[in-house]
Amino acid sequence: MSRETVVNLVLLGSLLIVPVYARAVDDPFLITLSTRVAIFALAGVGLNLALGLGGLVSLGHAAFFGIGGYTAGILASHALNYAPLIDGIIVINGSRSMPVIWVTTLIVSACLALLIGALSVRTTGVYFIMITLAFGQMMYYFSISWPAYGGEDGLPIAIRNEFPGLNSLDPFQFFLIAYAVLCVTIFLISRLQDSAFGLALNAVRQSARRVEMVGIATFRLRLTAFVLSGMITGLAGALFADLNRFVSPSMFSWQTSGEIMIFVILGGTARLCGPVAGAGMFIILEHLLGGISDYWLIFLGLLLLVVVLFAQGGLVSWLAGERVRRHG
Amino acid sequence: MDFVLLIEQILNGVQFGIMLFLAAAGLTLVFGVMGLINLAHGSLFMIGAFAAATVAGWTGNFVLALVASLAAAAAAGALVEITILRRLYNRDHLDQVLATFALILIFSEGTRWVFGSFPLYLNVPAYLSGPVTLPGGIQYPLYRLTIIVIGLGLAFGLRLLILKTRIGMQIRAGQSDREMIAALGVNISVLYTLLFALGAGLAGLAGGLLGALQSVQVGMGEPILILAFVVIVIGGIGSVKGALVASILVGLTEKLGSVLLPSIFKLFLSTADATLMGSALASMLIYILMAAVLVWRSTGLYGAAT
Repeated sequence: MSRETVVNLVLLGSLLIVPVYARAVDDPFLITLSTRVAIFALAGVGLNLALGLGGLVSLGHAAFFGIGGYTAGILASHALNYAPLIDGIIVINGSRSMPVIWVTTLIVSACLALLIGALSVRTTGVYFIMITLAFGQMMYYFSISWPAYGGEDGLPIAIRNEFPGLNSLDPFQFFLIAYAVLCVTIFLISRLQDSAFGLALNAVRQSARRVEMVGIATFRLRLTAFVLSGMITGLAGALFADLNRFVSPSMFSWQTSGEIMIFVILGGTARLCGPVAGAGMFIILEHLLGGISDYWLIFLGLLLLVVVLFAQGGLVSWLAGERVRRHG
Repeated sequence: MDFVLLIEQILNGVQFGIMLFLAAAGLTLVFGVMGLINLAHGSLFMIGAFAAATVAGWTGNFVLALVASLAAAAAAGALVEITILRRLYNRDHLDQVLATFALILIFSEGTRWVFGSFPLYLNVPAYLSGPVTLPGGIQYPLYRLTIIVIGLGLAFGLRLLILKTRIGMQIRAGQSDREMIAALGVNISVLYTLLFALGAGLAGLAGGLLGALQSVQVGMGEPILILAFVVIVIGGIGSVKGALVASILVGLTEKLGSVLLPSIFKLFLSTADATLMGSALASMLIYILMAAVLVWRSTGLYGAAT
């Protein structure tokens, strides 16, 4: 077992131990915090696929996080109101079942990622950053100006959606759902990294021209990575909607995109469990610094500056040493 | 559709576009010459607006307030360039995005700490308020017209600076080969600081000018920053001319879209549906414009082909 694998297992293990402990001492708030870490980590794992492995610096992943959240919110609200989603020749009803919502979310975010990706993946470098940011912002303004689902006020989900066989209203059981989704996704990504697709994607990041010379269509490769990445972040958005029982346009905001990127970078770009470490660190900082000052974001900003200027590679690289992967 | 209303919206679009140009010009120059993507440019816009509102509150003099907005943003820009950004010129874009995102957090929360969360207000001075009658009997606010004139003047001045002066020559040389002009004895770090301060000052002035039309508050800079990005993507990175054309285009699309689209939809939809569809689509219109330009030319209207 390599040192990074050990670090990964320790990270995932501690994310499980904290809520187990919290349940023993009856501290539901700590369980909710752990659930947030798991969900943010999942969003980061999604972005990491595009950013870390594919070198696609997307500053618009809030679009997928938000569309996932709204998919969950819209399906649940239709199910709760007994109003069909589409009422015509075919009738499609809303749903309160998490598996149904997740599949729908994956399909919807894949479509959105395909649309945004088809336009933005053609470009590289700074154009790509600006364009993904702009499309993310487009979704934000659309969610504000479309009044059918709450517009600026957001959309409450009266009661958390159901998972067959579990009681999702219990904080610990909901944590287990989110945690299981995270672990399964990380396992799939670890398989993907070593597949032909993953190796080719890694190569494209390092030198697109050479990969093209070998006869691989780089555009399709990058686009596939972008779509997969958007789907995972979308799924995280659906879980986040269920955690808060509320979705609002702020899920689409560019700050959300920036935060998801922070999870990835703080943890370590292109590291399998980097986002878990990054999201954990973010939530811990939010609580430690947030307790000291209302203006804790100043300290977060200073810390980020120090990390960027002096400490490259993130937490996992620091813990696992060796093999410093560079992006871009 | 009222003809007078149409003219008024066109002027509003031009006015908004000109302000976007002031914000985008610095961004596109900094990227073109230093290769730096600066997300914190919107914060400089906000600093300008806060400086103007504060000085206007102290002295009551609007011209002084505008000078303060320019000076404060330029000083903040120079400070940030010297202490932090200069270390990032040779880093990849991801590091630049992250560091300047950190700067946004610091600037925004710092401003909230000093000024509080409540918005400040900057009033249009008496001699610039009220309407003016344009040829054809159209009434238009004098202040907005002044903004257009100031903005066009600055755009013209910037063009002269870049094309006719020694500094402009160095800037253009830096755009095409920065190692070479350093080797020729131009003090490149002073040039970079100057250029950055110039871009920051223009953004700050835009903040001061627009501060009188909207409330001055934390977070006001980021919508402008993102629109400035759209402008740069449409106009082509590094091109000041492209930024001007694209700014006006984006300004007109933004202002005309929200008026015209609902009335177009009214031709074949009920009034309520038309307003709904129209305003939702209008909010996305500039991004659709951007997508269209990208499909047509992936480096923007005036961008160099890669």
